[in-house]
Amino acid sequence: MPRLNSATDLERLRQEILAHRDPNKPCVTICSGTACHAYACEEVAEAFVKEIERNGLQKEVDVRRTGCHGFCERGPLVVIFPEEICYLRVKPEDVPEIASTTLIEKKLVDRLLYVDDSGQRIVREGDIPFYKHQSRLVFGNNRLVDPKRIDDYIALGGYNALAKALFEMTPEQVLDEVKRANLRGRGGGGFPAGIKWETTRNAPGEPKYVIVNADEGDPGVYQDRSMLEGNPHSVLEGLTIGAYAIGSHQGFVYVRQEYPLAVENLNVALEQAREYGFLGANILGSGFDFDVKVHRGAGAFVSGESSALMTAIEGRVGEPRPKYIRTAVSGIWGKPSNLNNVKTWATVPLIINRGAEWFTSIGTEGSKGTMIFSLVGKVNNTGLVEVPMGMTLRELIFDIGGGIPHGKRFKGVQTGGPSGGIIPEKFLDLPIDFNELTKVGSMMGSGGMIVMDETNCMVDTARYFLNFLAGESCGKCLPCREGIYQMLKILNRICAGKGRRGDIELLGEISEVVRDASLCALGQTVPNPVLSTIKYFRDEYEAHIEEKRCPAGVCKALITYYIEQEKCQACMICLRECPVGAITGGKNLIHIIDQDKCTKCGACLEVCPPRFGAVTKLSGMKLPEPVRQGTEVIRNRGGRNE
Amino acid sequence: MSEVTLTINDEKVKAKEGMTILEAAQSVGIDIPTLCHHEKLAPYGACRLCTVEIVRGKRSRLVASCVYTVEDALIVKTESEPVIKIRKMLLELMWARAPGVQVIRDYGIKYGIDRTKFDVEPNFCILCGLCVRYCAEVKKKNAIGFIGRGTEREVMFFPEIANEECPKCGECYSICPTGVLPSNYALARVPHFTWTLTPFWQNLSPRKNIATESNPSTGRNRVKDT
Repeated sequence: MPRLNSATDLERLRQEILAHRDPNKPCVTICSGTACHAYACEEVAEAFVKEIERNGLQKEVDVRRTGCHGFCERGPLVVIFPEEICYLRVKPEDVPEIASTTLIEKKLVDRLLYVDDSGQRIVREGDIPFYKHQSRLVFGNNRLVDPKRIDDYIALGGYNALAKALFEMTPEQVLDEVKRANLRGRGGGGFPAGIKWETTRNAPGEPKYVIVNADEGDPGVYQDRSMLEGNPHSVLEGLTIGAYAIGSHQGFVYVRQEYPLAVENLNVALEQAREYGFLGANILGSGFDFDVKVHRGAGAFVSGESSALMTAIEGRVGEPRPKYIRTAVSGIWGKPSNLNNVKTWATVPLIINRGAEWFTSIGTEGSKGTMIFSLVGKVNNTGLVEVPMGMTLRELIFDIGGGIPHGKRFKGVQTGGPSGGIIPEKFLDLPIDFNELTKVGSMMGSGGMIVMDETNCMVDTARYFLNFLAGESCGKCLPCREGIYQMLKILNRICAGKGRRGDIELLGEISEVVRDASLCALGQTVPNPVLSTIKYFRDEYEAHIEEKRCPAGVCKALITYYIEQEKCQACMICLRECPVGAITGGKNLIHIIDQDKCTKCGACLEVCPPRFGAVTKLSGMKLPEPVRQGTEVIRNRGGRNE
Repeated sequence: MSEVTLTINDEKVKAKEGMTILEAAQSVGIDIPTLCHHEKLAPYGACRLCTVEIVRGKRSRLVASCVYTVEDALIVKTESEPVIKIRKMLLELMWARAPGVQVIRDYGIKYGIDRTKFDVEPNFCILCGLCVRYCAEVKKKNAIGFIGRGTEREVMFFPEIANEECPKCGECYSICPTGVLPSNYALARVPHFTWTLTPFWQNLSPRKNIATESNPSTGRNRVKDT
């Protein structure tokens, strides 16, 4: 492939690629994101290749492994174009049937289609409720391109924005466009990207650096990973445009070592981009030079903080430094360095292509455009969703997410990763917006959204996130290190039923100081999960401390499993399943849990047949009297004994 | 270098541009408590005890005075109410960690702290990092460094370098505000420096991961082993 030397070359190449592609030719796309990989999508893809060969359809049907489609709950996903027939949870064994029925006979395999609440089968991917309510502007191309083939990206108009920026716009115009679009940083802070770019551009000192922050380390969050895995060129294109606007010639992608597929696809993309002339010296013949280095992070959550990330790129331990002088002015090796999140960079080509007016027409007053969320936890449709800013949490969780599984009641949603807050039910109609989320004590953060239901204990949840942060704080500054340590100790003792009166107030006191005195954003936001749970779920804390009761039945020290004598049918199931042999009894003998042996794993509750429902979880109450000697024999009681 | 005038505790102070608030305050004899600051070392901003309140216009902010550089017309309050509140809490937190360290006790007296509401787990190191930074910045040897992250952070001599460098230097001993560094080094070198050796304070106060097993995403506590 010869280097492209002008915008015309790029357009010619695009036409050539499109000329060789028949839009009506069937194409089987298999989602190959990390989640689908876990479901053996690679075997499915191989089965398709084999099956198509066996039927001699190589010339008639294309097979494409794409990036993450987002509907991870139902993977591996297979979408057959041009009709967009969407099959869910496809196993390698299903492939011969799909090939013969859909590819050859042009009929549907009904059992693999999505079935909605009314029992209706849905054929097209875009008609599935999960997708229907989304607007997938940034993430949507993931399902159309093979991340390892730059041609796929170019065919969809890829690198068009770069050509437009380089040949039709001055750097100032690009900067102005992004500023007018009011694009806010998608990594957590929500700082306007255009203003940050301008700061770096105007800061004295050369060289200037631009950086992609792909150090996504929050539990349950994976959209940056999926972007890099599924559509790395969109990120590189945005980065190059930003570099042009800022006047930078060296970029970095700081990506976690734990994301092997992202690193692999990114490196492939970089090589292809260099080969085509989208990176390197004299990009597209414009005279602009820019190249990108990949820096693999060693897996510290705190390295996602900009100054820590830059310290890590310098080759030192990723610890934050005071930022009274912004990294945009003094970053890597003291040079002006502009850092943005993966999603922020991937949004840039859209803004250049379609203009700031179009971008600002989406979203709310303070937050423009769309945001990608990892919708996880107690929600029916787990996956990655992209919605316009301003959508309410209710729409996101119930319309797209399909509500809470097993008819349970919604309790709260944690947004913004471990240092975000938990938003209770009363704020479900809150529009998703940087400012609105901050107002209720949480934050947009990197787009994590963990849904919790009535079986989640809020004290335990706060404890979990604090425990995560205890290990992920760098430990440099005193308030964060010692504050987390003491807060975690207090939460541990509350969960263990040893909470003391005044603990809630003490948590609040420490929180305030940690928030006000910590060095970096990690420390300053550490108290969020604690403060928000105390604010909205104070009754749960009080139940733990005063009544030694865990209302959600989660905290092991405060719950007891108990078999109700009247309901036990002596079926022996729990007795066999108990992993520690804590249940005594026998045929026709009421089963009894030995509380000294019980490890509270809950296996007995899970296996007790629902029609008996004899095992219950008690919290905060006295255990009923044990069965009297001699009365443990069951006689003439329902079920098979009758 | 040009001069700026700022107000520290109602006192007009002239300072050179680029100076930190802490340096400007010290130059006129205003004492701001700090654990991690040393004039020979680069500003670090870790102990946060030197937090002060700055006012510009109507906005007030809390900043670490050892890293925040002076600005013209800046108003600084080194002992305002929110500042004292932070220092008291930080000292209490440190009291729980290192109740026997003199510098903590001295500051404790100043701010009326003579006990802590937290459980005391005595440790000798206050993690100010003076030794680590002195070795790296002044001596350029890196014979001592931090290991561990977050609440498990510790200071440790690196045997390969320490074996070579420390016997002829030992300058960090005097910089350590706790005074236990020499004994730690002495102990570390006895059995010919093995990597498995742990500093003696670790044996006194094990700071293990204090959380228990639980998984909030499933809402269940599961037993791993039977």
